Amino acid sequence: MSSPSIQSLQVTDLCLTLGNRLLLDHMHFTTAYTGTTMVMGPNGAGKSLLLRCLHGLLTPEHGQIDFCGHAMSTLRHRQAMVFQKAVLLRRTARANLEFAAKDRGVTRDTIDQMLTRVHLLDKAEQPARLLSGGEQQRLALARALLTDPQILFLDEPTASLDPASVLIIEQLIQEANAAGVKTLFISHDLGQARRLADDVVFVHRGQIAEHTDASTFFTNPQSKAAKAYLDGELVL
Amino acid sequence: MLGDAFSEAISLILSGDPVLVEILGLSIQVSLTALFCSVALGLPIGTLLAITQFPGKKACVTILNSLMGLPPVVVGLLVYLMLSRSGPLGVLGLLYTPTAMVIAQVVLITPIIGALTYQVMDDLHREYRDLFQSLQISVGRAVPAYLWDARYSLITAVLAGFGRAISEVGAVIIVGGNIDHLTRVMTTAIALETSKGELAIALGLGMILLALALFVNALVTWIKGAALRNAYV
Repeated sequence: MSSPSIQSLQVTDLCLTLGNRLLLDHMHFTTAYTGTTMVMGPNGAGKSLLLRCLHGLLTPEHGQIDFCGHAMSTLRHRQAMVFQKAVLLRRTARANLEFAAKDRGVTRDTIDQMLTRVHLLDKAEQPARLLSGGEQQRLALARALLTDPQILFLDEPTASLDPASVLIIEQLIQEANAAGVKTLFISHDLGQARRLADDVVFVHRGQIAEHTDASTFFTNPQSKAAKAYLDGELVL
Repeated sequence: MLGDAFSEAISLILSGDPVLVEILGLSIQVSLTALFCSVALGLPIGTLLAITQFPGKKACVTILNSLMGLPPVVVGLLVYLMLSRSGPLGVLGLLYTPTAMVIAQVVLITPIIGALTYQVMDDLHREYRDLFQSLQISVGRAVPAYLWDARYSLITAVLAGFGRAISEVGAVIIVGGNIDHLTRVMTTAIALETSKGELAIALGLGMILLALALFVNALVTWIKGAALRNAYV
């Protein structure tokens, strides 16, 4: 898609092997340093592994990941991730945010503002794990945003959520994008991908089957696997 | 006869019999001291074992789990050999003292607290590991966070250790000697008084021991309930 430049996220020859299985196979792609890159593909294709490698939760066998000319490993403090199942501490909603905000110079007012943005200020003192699924995921996103990330990884954060929570989360992501945050977002929701994506990385069998801008991907997919996926066919 | 013994036992308890009170006091003192030492050892051992990776970790976990089932008399024998005059720690002159009983109880319950702590922390670590890595949380911040978030489960583990300590007889009778006014605790006193046919004192102590066990279990149940209500487990 876009040519490699210093103003980009560049993934070069990324390989990940776990238990003698090559799970990410020589992945290459370059994407803009802002906006939303949607990572799509069938289950088991390697999308989550790709995000976890980019975020540093997994160490790839080899490969290079650079963001705006810097190795991603040097930018860990400017990254945040929201997992498919919200991981929340056994504390109140507010305490969850305070834990992430500690040592980052975040004030109580900022935490209150963030709770307001995710519509959880009235539930700030409730145990976080008693919140509904949508509320938990909003809280997880609030916690991620509170760390002021430059790169935000989202691993199906809206899977199984009610439309209202999906809408709130999408709004927050769009606001983050507008503020210059780069988002890498895994989703199986084609409607959501159409609404949010600037470009799409399509992963199939551990390889990048296609990387195009969003409009091309949805109107004229370049790979057979992506076309079959968009047509709702079983992609193995 | 049994009915008389029961009535006498109850009157001994209600009257605050000095012998009963002394034995109860020493029992609680020995077991709480042992519990304090075991918590200081078991919590860090279990936590570090759960959140660190090193060669031989599985073997350490297996050994720790196996030590939970240590036979008390074997522990008593080993501590006796260590503390006896000809043993490596004989010069300390600790045999047949409450300190020796504390040591035996520490050996018995540290693996219980350590292994239960490991199980709790291992589950929690699997859940929190990626989040903490993502948030760049240092080990120095992670350990207190683990301990705090596992507090309800850990209190249960600690109470389980106390229950084991207060009701143990095999080890403390070997290293304590069941000496009147010095090392006689509830369990050893029950064994002695029963063999002497003094059923009233034995029953009285047995009732207190049962009440303590019931209290500890009720506390565990209440703590678990409180934790569940707040989704803190």
